[in-house]
Amino acid sequence: MSHLLREHAPITAAGWSEIDDEARERLAPALAGRRLVDFAGPLGWQHAATTLGRVAPLAGEPVRGVAAAQRRVLPLVELRAPFAVARDELRAIDRGAVDADLDALDAAAQRIAVAENLAVFHGLEAAGVEGIASASTHPRIDLGEGDCDRYPTHVARAVAMLLSAGIEGPYGLALGPEPYTGVVETTERGGYPLLDHLKKIVGGPLVWAPGVDGAVVVSLRGGDFLFESGQDLSIGYDRHDADAVHLYLEESFSFRVATPEAAVALPR
Amino acid sequence: MGFDQYHEPPEELPPETRTFARMCASLTEEAEAIGWYEQRLALEPDAQARAIMRDAQGEEFKHFAMDLEYLLRRTPRWREIAQGVLFQSGDVVEHGEEAEAESGEGDGDGGADGGAPGAGGGPGGSFGAASADGSLGLGSLKGATL
Repeated sequence: MSHLLREHAPITAAGWSEIDDEARERLAPALAGRRLVDFAGPLGWQHAATTLGRVAPLAGEPVRGVAAAQRRVLPLVELRAPFAVARDELRAIDRGAVDADLDALDAAAQRIAVAENLAVFHGLEAAGVEGIASASTHPRIDLGEGDCDRYPTHVARAVAMLLSAGIEGPYGLALGPEPYTGVVETTERGGYPLLDHLKKIVGGPLVWAPGVDGAVVVSLRGGDFLFESGQDLSIGYDRHDADAVHLYLEESFSFRVATPEAAVALPR
Repeated sequence: MGFDQYHEPPEELPPETRTFARMCASLTEEAEAIGWYEQRLALEPDAQARAIMRDAQGEEFKHFAMDLEYLLRRTPRWREIAQGVLFQSGDVVEHGEEAEAESGEGDGDGGADGGAPGAGGGPGGSFGAASADGSLGLGSLKGATL
């Protein structure tokens, strides 16, 4: 039995299947970082830290003539988003209902996806995680409020910066929810969709990225941005009462930026 | 064009099971090729030819490893048993028996029959039930079409 204690939950196989499927459907489109960075793992819940390959010298000598140093590691971050499912809804699923109310799960999935995106793109300072945008060594390009018409100019400038730094493409474009909606809704003069124009500029995907401030252009060549998964996103059991089963979404991971110059931030 | 990798009528099989069968066939072919190169290397007297064969066998090692990883990602129980056996020191049979017994403690939905991905399912992996360890099997989404 794993620490998730799923076997202790008063939930049938059909109920778990519905809950897990719903979670995947909500999480997959929202996990923008995973669509653009390298993913390693999952290495298991017991995996505690990422090797950095560096040491920090320890002051003094434990024995004269013997130097001591300590390995530096990046401890994994644990994210957990609790939610509850009404037992009436679980019973409805068992009877074959296809419209079960899993709104609390949907909200938890959105919260944990945003938290993961924030860590990947903007960092998690308390955990020593630097994000893609915060680590970028390039000048930031102001995306501006509202009007999307100038996005091709801004994104093309970002791509030019990457090329000038010797960072090869293709590139991906992570867009916060508002800029993404603006891009999808907009057609340029001549009726050409802005979405397609931007795709041509970056040569890779445009990704809906809840949690991202503005936009980030990222090289997809690999080896620059490293997501290391301990436990991949999973649903565990906490407790239950007469009315509801209390569950949680959980994962552990670390994130490193190996090449800060491989991305350009375009904040709003 | 042969369809020998299918044991059941292909038209009745779901797409993910057909992919699974193709990858199993591919894994078998890579293992066969590794064995063939091993035999050739044992007999070939020409040093240059041996060097080329050794290089080619290295390619097959890589292909085998990639095929296996793909299949393990999509087959939670297989992955769980493999984790208990591969790269472990000690008695192989003992590890195998233990890993098999422990894998049976899950909720029984860890096989590939339902198209379930293993933990860390790669781009484009089909989404099924949670793996035996409870993971949703999302893994990398790089290149995934959502």
